[in-house]
Amino acid sequence: MRAVRSVALSVFRESVRDRVPYSLVLFAVLLIASSFLLGQLTAGQDVKIIKDLGLAATAVFGLFIATFIGIGLVSKEVERRSIYALLSKPVSRPQFILGKYAGLVLTLAVNVSVMTLALYAVLAWMTFTESPEFRAAWDAPGMDPALLKAIALVFVELMVVTAVALFFSTFSTPLLSAALTFGLYVVGHFNADLRNFDRIVDSTAAVWLARGAYHLVPDLSAFDVKLQIVHGIPVSAGYMLATAAYGACYIAALLLLSVVIFSRRDFK
Amino acid sequence: MSTRSWRLLALAGAVTVFAAGIGLQVARDRLYPREAPELEPLLYVRSGATLKRLALAFDALLSDVYWIRAIQHYGGDRLAGHQERKYRLLYPLLDLTTSLDPYFTIAYRFGAIFLSEAYPGGPGRPDQAVALLRKGIGAQPGKWQYYLDIGFVHYWHLQDYTAAAHWFQKAADQPGAPNWLRPLAASMLTVGGDRASARFLWQQLLQSDQEWLRRTAERRLLQIDALEAAARLTALAQRFPPPAGQPHTWEDLVRRGVLRGVPLDVTGAPFELDAGTGEARVSPRSALQPMPDVATRRLPS
Repeated sequence: MRAVRSVALSVFRESVRDRVPYSLVLFAVLLIASSFLLGQLTAGQDVKIIKDLGLAATAVFGLFIATFIGIGLVSKEVERRSIYALLSKPVSRPQFILGKYAGLVLTLAVNVSVMTLALYAVLAWMTFTESPEFRAAWDAPGMDPALLKAIALVFVELMVVTAVALFFSTFSTPLLSAALTFGLYVVGHFNADLRNFDRIVDSTAAVWLARGAYHLVPDLSAFDVKLQIVHGIPVSAGYMLATAAYGACYIAALLLLSVVIFSRRDFK
Repeated sequence: MSTRSWRLLALAGAVTVFAAGIGLQVARDRLYPREAPELEPLLYVRSGATLKRLALAFDALLSDVYWIRAIQHYGGDRLAGHQERKYRLLYPLLDLTTSLDPYFTIAYRFGAIFLSEAYPGGPGRPDQAVALLRKGIGAQPGKWQYYLDIGFVHYWHLQDYTAAAHWFQKAADQPGAPNWLRPLAASMLTVGGDRASARFLWQQLLQSDQEWLRRTAERRLLQIDALEAAARLTALAQRFPPPAGQPHTWEDLVRRGVLRGVPLDVTGAPFELDAGTGEARVSPRSALQPMPDVATRRLPS
């Protein structure tokens, strides 16, 4: 466990050195600037748009961090040949993979937490500066605690994307890993269509193939509850738990596969 | 030269060159003004279903972008010269907005107001307003406000009081609907298009939680006040007709002490008086125009 923690902390420190926290400043500036501008452009929908923008920006910034750092987690060590020094220490290969993953998840957790605080700060400012009549027109309260549900699922989705990027990183080049991770992210959001393939195709084989792909590819569209949350439509605790548990299973499967592939690699 | 001095010199050089570039840019724009090309507004993707797929997890944010575009398109055309008011993309933009975010209440409700507004204040398309609101009902069948708004379009813009009563009744049947909807549906069937019903309806919308709806209701109530004032002035002018062979004029009524001055509407525009019939009307130059009794004028084809 200590080895995993050491590797994780070194990944976190490296991400800070790589100026990842700059994304937080950009996020805060984006939100604050938008909150000033949107009032001029929209018909009293500024709070909805700030929520949409905050949640989307959290997901996009997180996606870029997860992908671009995730794809280099293993391959960079191999390219720099620092893997030899690492593996000569008392760190097993599974510990190395788990540590790398935990480090990036820690980086994402810090980023998502700070972005959440910034979003709530802007929403608080908007809530306190608007009149009660104006606030009454909002679908959901400005500082709606339910926003945390959407953010939680965004975070689980980012954990899945990180696991995907790490998985590709164990056997592929960074460029190919990035392409594959983004590709899987896009396909993951179309995934729900594969489930209903039987509605447009008669062939049983094609339907089964589509069904197989539906289960194989990460079902990322399930993690997207932003629309419902912003409009104050309830998302049940059962749905949250089932989706988070699905994400955990998918991450576990990918990490295990990553460990297997990485264990078989020969660095002699 | 030391490294520090060299860096400072380079920095100063960069600032100088950049400032010179800005100066040149300003001078060029002044000497050779460029005409901004008139670009026809364009929609690259018209299918809401396709756009929703392309948006991945960012459909809510994209719906905001299309909503802002719809408002800018409506406002831009409304403020443009008379010849340019086409509102060509208004319905497609609202359709895309609501396809991306089916729960975007204000896009349905205010979009319907934009669409049904008489030309030149809007495209004068109550049919598209009804289609948009029906789409909203498809997404949220229990939302009584959408039924009320459809009834309203039938009442105000189409003057179809039977259809209006039908939709008010449907609104009243939805859970959580206010209790004034049922008597409203009944009165619609019996008295139809009287101003008292119109006033009642707009007063209800004045209680709306949407600021823009409240502002529209305020304007409509002012228009109704102006219509009632015009009707009173017509009665007055006809009760005190000018001497035989003379035209109806405000000056004549003022001179005879019937009025204290030329009557003005709330925007400060004088009412017009038909010289032949003595009928008083809201001035075409009044900020209250277009008046509801000239509603549903469509775009020239």
